[in-house]
Amino acid sequence: MHFEFEIEAGDFSNAGYASSQIKKILKQLNLPNNVVKKAVVALFESEVNVIGHSFGGTVAIDVENDRLHILVSDTGPGIEDVDLAMSEGYSTATKEIQEMGFGAGMGLPNIKKNTDYLDIRSQAGDHTEIEMLIHFNQESAKDRQS
Amino acid sequence: MEVKDVCKIVDAQLHTPSREKECKIEKAFSSDLMSDVLTLLTDNLLLITGLNNIQTVRTAEMGDICHILFVRGKQPSEKMIELAKEQQIVLMSTSYSMFKASGLLWAAGLSPVY
Repeated sequence: MHFEFEIEAGDFSNAGYASSQIKKILKQLNLPNNVVKKAVVALFESEVNVIGHSFGGTVAIDVENDRLHILVSDTGPGIEDVDLAMSEGYSTATKEIQEMGFGAGMGLPNIKKNTDYLDIRSQAGDHTEIEMLIHFNQESAKDRQS
Repeated sequence: MEVKDVCKIVDAQLHTPSREKECKIEKAFSSDLMSDVLTLLTDNLLLITGLNNIQTVRTAEMGDICHILFVRGKQPSEKMIELAKEQQIVLMSTSYSMFKASGLLWAAGLSPVY
């Protein structure tokens, strides 16, 4: 099952709308509560990042047999130093993001904490892709890997 | 602790239905930083905050937080109340500061997350 939502740059009043819609879908699919919570927290943090830091983008989620595959992509301007961006407390947040209660340099570390796999592909002047996996059946996931 | 207890202890105004039967208040967390709130895994939580905007309600929705208490006389907007009702989140507001509201609720037996 594949779902995709557009995220508009600078649209702070609607931040969380896509994550909210995805939460509804995941609940309707009867996924475990802890999986839904991890997914929506990671998605919400990503959505705020796209709105506040990018030229706009999309969030795509695939519900597979034993995992959620999430791809958040934007059209730029890219992250200059991904390792630095991943360090807790580092932030380039604008005043608008801080007024929303975000921008303390916790977003990407929080995304990492809530996902089983996280890959950030970006470079300055180019787009950014954030790929995440969340397993919801650890046993079957291990079976698949072996 | 129930919503009516919180309202009594911090002299709070209730802006939404109280949902006493569906959701209890077992712990509280005071913060204006929503990223900090999103790190919590605790259920049945009361969020005490001075951040009065739609993202506070969205954060509660994402974090499965059923109750929000706004401090320092912050009044939620119509849009916030509408979203909170839709997401079954209880909104309260008090004129007390975050420190005073947190202290009174702690003294009345409400546990902290950490």
